[in-house]
Amino acid sequence: MRDRDSDTSQPGNPSFAPVHVLYRGYLQKKVQFLIAGVLLLILLALFSATAGSIPIAVSDVLISLLTFDHSGVGRIVWDVRMPRILAALLVGAGLSLSGTMMQSVLRNPLASPYTLGLSSAAAFGASFAIVFLDAGVGTTSTILINDTFTVAASAFIFSILSTLTILLLTLLTRITAESMVLAGIAIGSIFSAGLTLMQYLANSIQLASIVSWTFGDLGRANWQFLLITFIVLLPIALVSFFYRWDFNAMDTGEETAKGLGVRTGAVRILGMLSASVLSAIVVSFFGTIAFIGLLGPHIARRILGGDHRFLLVGSPLIGAIILLIADTAARTILSPMVLPVGILTSLMGGPLFIYLLIATRGRRG
Amino acid sequence: MIFTINGLQFSYRSKSVIHDTSFEVREGEILAILGRNGAGKTTLLKCLNRVLHPQGGRVELDGRDLKGMRPVEIARRIGWVPQRGELSRMKVYDVILLGRKPHFRWEPAVGDFRHVEEAIRFMGIEDIALRYVDELSGGEFQLVQIVRALAQDPRIILFDEPTSSLDILNQHTLMKKLQSVIHDSTRAAVMVMHDINLALRYSDKFLFLSDGHVSAIGDHSIITPELIREVYGIDVRVIKDGHDTLVVPL
Repeated sequence: MRDRDSDTSQPGNPSFAPVHVLYRGYLQKKVQFLIAGVLLLILLALFSATAGSIPIAVSDVLISLLTFDHSGVGRIVWDVRMPRILAALLVGAGLSLSGTMMQSVLRNPLASPYTLGLSSAAAFGASFAIVFLDAGVGTTSTILINDTFTVAASAFIFSILSTLTILLLTLLTRITAESMVLAGIAIGSIFSAGLTLMQYLANSIQLASIVSWTFGDLGRANWQFLLITFIVLLPIALVSFFYRWDFNAMDTGEETAKGLGVRTGAVRILGMLSASVLSAIVVSFFGTIAFIGLLGPHIARRILGGDHRFLLVGSPLIGAIILLIADTAARTILSPMVLPVGILTSLMGGPLFIYLLIATRGRRG
Repeated sequence: MIFTINGLQFSYRSKSVIHDTSFEVREGEILAILGRNGAGKTTLLKCLNRVLHPQGGRVELDGRDLKGMRPVEIARRIGWVPQRGELSRMKVYDVILLGRKPHFRWEPAVGDFRHVEEAIRFMGIEDIALRYVDELSGGEFQLVQIVRALAQDPRIILFDEPTSSLDILNQHTLMKKLQSVIHDSTRAAVMVMHDINLALRYSDKFLFLSDGHVSAIGDHSIITPELIREVYGIDVRVIKDGHDTLVVPL
């Protein structure tokens, strides 16, 4: 560190130094990145609409979309591909946003919708509906989930129950990141045991339905699911953005944030609740899609840094891009067979995450 | 008089840490809190801006009890430099800008950037302003935390060992600058310090804490070998030369 005594300027001097100009340039670069990300997402969505077992020309896709034509090729675009593409965008954005919020409020880079046992609770809820509410009995040799809404509702109820239990436990002890993570691990373990019990009690067709549910699959997308997911995602995204400065303050430490007037306990509960509701709705409708809640935020942090003004926009954007790429690949690599995207995200996510860990280690020497 | 502490008490569960502590800090004054490890210095400091909530007593700023203020109102008036902070993946400028958070609602205005800019220039850290915080040395990060508190432009700044990660040159440079900020203004500072000689050189008043009790409070005149022995349990020689006082262990 150099001798800082040479600068004897006092606070109160109104003149601006070039640092401010440099800082503005730095912020502009981030904004440019986000704009480029949105453009890339639009291009990818367009490409995804053209790709599949029946290739469709870009011009036909555009005509169908702009004229709302649901006949012929338009039927494939509107009824088959668009729900999947929109599901990829909403689910990718939702899981990534949820992961970002959880990592911030829990001060744990490995926090994700799955770390806190939320997916175990959802899987238990889904299996409960399949086994006891007759929601997933196969009628022919095909494995079916007859009543997708009951399965999703049951999964959602149990995910929210697990979140409320975690919050209650932390309220009874201390509202700290550590106690939330510990409570989450404990609750997750209980629901994992419950899932195993359900699998034990299930007959072979129900068991196949349970296993099928746990594969994250965007093929379950319908307009009703998409609308509900959007209605949940939008206000949560806005609320999280409203608290962007509080998240930034909390990133610099609990006591520092308190000293800056942040009600850390309240923000932590709000963040945790919002992130949980968001991932619960996504997991309940579309099953377990691993790694997006970790990869999205980590890639966004590497590119945009930890400033939540950009992270809370960039992370959902990157999550949406990753899931759209993964789902397009899942639909096309073994075409006409369509893979559940959850398999692919796990397959791609593991090595990518290891790469990120190594790259981060390299950066910090 | 701007900052009055009356009968402050704090306990961690059943363990009483601060007992019936009272003192006041006037504007333009630097108060050093001194004492052995575990005497309750940091706890006392955290009670002053309600980072910790004391169970008894009153902390008043210009006659207003902090208990009735919202956290953000306290943050506008009292700055806080903790001993340690988290090394986040944010730029130094962003972290300093956080000091303005209590003053703006949605996004910082031109005036907020001006405060940040002035604090950066005052402390001479322009060279690291656009570096990531998690790439800084301990000493640089400590300076960043102090600059953030200056950008906050509060009436009182609470420092928890502000020089602990700095070399001797930067210790004195920093203390001189802080002294000039406090002495030439209506601000005041309360600092927990371990280096008694550094505290004696740059502070105006001293509060010695032993097991959560105030052993003594006053200006340089209270510094005696007996007091140091009572507080720290060590024999020293106190050398006084005009305004300077030096404590030398025997």
